[in-house]
Amino acid sequence: MESDLIAVRDLRVAFASDAGLAKVLDGVSCSIRPGEIRGLVGESGCGKTTLARAILGILPPNSARIQGGQVLFGGRDLLTVPEAALAREVRGREIAYIPQDPSTAFNPVFTIGTQIADLMHWKSPLLRDPSFRGNARARREADLARVVEWLRLVQLPNPEALLRKYPHEVSGGQRQRLMIAMALLPEPKLVIADEPTTALDVTVQAQILKLLKGLARDRNVAVLFTTHDLGAAYEICDRITVMYAGQEVEEAPVAEFFNRPSHPYTRKLLDSLPSAETGLRGIPGEIPRLIDPPPGCRFNPRCERATEICQQRPPAELAGPGHSVRCHHRLTEFAA
Amino acid sequence: MKIFVLVVNRVIWFVPTLLGLLAIVFFISHVIPADPAAFAAGENASAATIAEMRARLGLDQPLHIQFLRYVQSILSGDMGRSIYTGRPVSEDLLSRLPATLELTLVTVVVAALIGVPLGVVSALRRNSWVDHALRFVTIAGLAIASFWFAILLQLFFSMQLGITPLTGRVEGWGPEPITGFYIIDSLINWDMETLLDAFHHLILPVATLALPAAATIVRFTRAGVLNALESNYVLYETAMGYPRSQIVWKYVLRNALIGTVTQIGLIFGILLAGAVVVEAVFDWPGLGMFAVNSILNSDYNAVMGFTLIAGTMFIVVNLLVDILQGLIDPRETR
Amino acid sequence: MRQVFRKLAEDRSSMLGLALILIVVFAAILAPWLSTHPGDVTEFHTAIRLSPPNADNWLGTDRMGADIYSRLLYGARITITIAVVAILVAVLIGVPVGLVAGYYEGLGSDLLMRGSDVFLAVPQIVLAIAIAQTLGPSIENVILALSVTYWPFWARLVYAETRSCKNETFVEAAIALGCSPWRVMVLHILPSISSSIIVRTTIGMGGTILTAATLGFLGLGPPPPTPEWGRTIAESREFLPMAWWYAAFPGLAIFIVVMGFNLLGDGLRDVLDPRLRRASSGK
Repeated sequence: MESDLIAVRDLRVAFASDAGLAKVLDGVSCSIRPGEIRGLVGESGCGKTTLARAILGILPPNSARIQGGQVLFGGRDLLTVPEAALAREVRGREIAYIPQDPSTAFNPVFTIGTQIADLMHWKSPLLRDPSFRGNARARREADLARVVEWLRLVQLPNPEALLRKYPHEVSGGQRQRLMIAMALLPEPKLVIADEPTTALDVTVQAQILKLLKGLARDRNVAVLFTTHDLGAAYEICDRITVMYAGQEVEEAPVAEFFNRPSHPYTRKLLDSLPSAETGLRGIPGEIPRLIDPPPGCRFNPRCERATEICQQRPPAELAGPGHSVRCHHRLTEFAA
Repeated sequence: MKIFVLVVNRVIWFVPTLLGLLAIVFFISHVIPADPAAFAAGENASAATIAEMRARLGLDQPLHIQFLRYVQSILSGDMGRSIYTGRPVSEDLLSRLPATLELTLVTVVVAALIGVPLGVVSALRRNSWVDHALRFVTIAGLAIASFWFAILLQLFFSMQLGITPLTGRVEGWGPEPITGFYIIDSLINWDMETLLDAFHHLILPVATLALPAAATIVRFTRAGVLNALESNYVLYETAMGYPRSQIVWKYVLRNALIGTVTQIGLIFGILLAGAVVVEAVFDWPGLGMFAVNSILNSDYNAVMGFTLIAGTMFIVVNLLVDILQGLIDPRETR
Repeated sequence: MRQVFRKLAEDRSSMLGLALILIVVFAAILAPWLSTHPGDVTEFHTAIRLSPPNADNWLGTDRMGADIYSRLLYGARITITIAVVAILVAVLIGVPVGLVAGYYEGLGSDLLMRGSDVFLAVPQIVLAIAIAQTLGPSIENVILALSVTYWPFWARLVYAETRSCKNETFVEAAIALGCSPWRVMVLHILPSISSSIIVRTTIGMGGTILTAATLGFLGLGPPPPTPEWGRTIAESREFLPMAWWYAAFPGLAIFIVVMGFNLLGDGLRDVLDPRLRRASSGK
């Protein structure tokens, strides 16, 4: 615990809509250690993107309401840090971001080079280097050299020419490689990758994930990786957190997660992975409405093991060594 | 090379549109009237003059021959003679063109300088009292009849307060005509007194014309900025900690302005239409005043000539805007 | 549908717009009863010409000594008639043209749309001036000039909406079920694009009234002694600055009714067609 890079404590976020307040995050806790690659897995609408954006402080200001909790990072609660300081000191510098859809995340009317140069202008690690103090020109040149080197690292051909292109002139896979380079260029401690491969072709997905994993590992950068793709999570993660309807329901190291899932929902998720023997299997039932969620355990309407207590009381979190679950009737004992 | 293709592409569309305009004006002037020759000859023409006109215009020929001859004569610059001034209509129009262009161009600049910042503010302060007030003002600006607004301005500033000239482009004679644009001409002659006077005379006509134009620009800029603010790239830029000021004034504004530029064509249409009455109210010796006088004098050739030239100007401006948009929007020049 | 009305009723500026429109419409209908000098459309009282607003002539009198308030009420009838009939004709031409051209793909459709594009390529007032000048000043000719220049707006809109609507599942299903093209267009496509047409028509009313008033101001409207608002303002000019009421009140009347339609149209667009508002930033 003392070595946590970031710790989210009991975070509660609601969205205002015409029909009422939807509790999209209802008491989520989750912590990540330095250099750890963490998967955040769940169906769409479970709150994983909201959690990612809450950490960055980029929830839609008009509809989102933070109702409680803490996001502890670098000795501060990010939820209490003023917006301007967050933008200047944290975002893009300590915590970087890789977006879901790289084709719309680039500004369409500026060249890739301009957008990276602006990023470096504010976020370059060389800004902290005393040897460049007062010598902005030398720093810009050093930055450019770093950028070119990084474009090579993410295996982009012909970096100098690429910088002069507009985003629509390069492929989706190349755009996502650029996003990875831009996320790691400022030497952050944590990268939040919000479904970074969802918009890409299946063949490109694996390459991008492997690239992200390799680069982050080498530099001891922690990654929070949200996905609904268990296969992708298995590929790159150290630990996996499962979210269901605005709450985290299970967290475990990747091997234990796949071998000894403890929450019935996790079990169903794993069963829904297509395999040669079983073919495709869905999870019966629907995701609960977050405006008035079912009482007790939120999964109870879809759960085969549900009993009376599941409808009456929300399960408390049971924590074992490295493995925790929120369920009245967990499937397995934790490994010793 | 890409730009060349773009220009050629747009110019190819220009030709049929222009032909279409000619066809419409031909239809209005040659087909609708029971006796086009009588119209062309004027109200008090004798039977002999009308007969001569009929033969000269070839009105005894079948329609498609008439149309060909009509297109031919227009292309060679012949729009007939004005009954009122006795001069060729094309000459009359040409001599009045600079006055209208000066008025509309100054208005576009003023309207953009006012409209773009207000549109950005309105979007940034969405649903604040500023936004609501601007929404009301812009709707009102588009609901005021410009001839009435012009008269109110005259009543108050010229007649009541006496701080602006009532009519005209300058006191007395204008500067030595070189380009016909008084601002440029007085600058060439280094005649500061005339320059100031010209600006002084521009205030009220420009204010009248700029009201609906600026209102339109505010609304389009606001919509464009809001669209951009909700975009994924702003989310990304925010997430990566680009400063808010750079996101708004560089990244968002460029995107929003590309949308606004496409509306300049539309705005020019509003201005051209507005110029007709505004010039009449302020005795501004441009195309609009010429058109109004021609209407009052039943000077038929002159009215049709005005229709043609106003239509052509509008089409040309839209062509230029299309090309300009292609130049500033990298997505267009594929 | 009920939800649309409720949302609209909550929007204060739309309700203000509706109120302004209703005021002018009622003024037009009840003109003979509301006016203080109903005869003054044709009668003159030169003895009291150009009197400022007073107890008898609430908004003053004009150059003939006629009561401006009464003439404004009758002018509302002309304005409303011109706008309603002209827009109706423009919609009745534009909507079928757009529907047919959007439904059938081919040379004919392209030609129809190119044709309407030419009309859109010229400012409406300029074409209307040419037509009204050729036909001569009368109410009927103003209406004709306006409908001829305004129908392409609806043709364009309906064409674009029909094209995108044609790929919707419910239209494809109707075609697959063997509905006749006529049936598909009128019973399936038209209802689903009606909200865009309503929004465009409301906003178009304001523009049409302004153009009609401009034609009147230029002397191309109905001839005197018709109490048309634009013409009244033109008449007033030689009596300024003395007779300010002569110019001020007719312009105010134009402003009130156009403002009404613009406010309502803006509110309707937000409620009925949020897409339009967002799309208005580009093409």
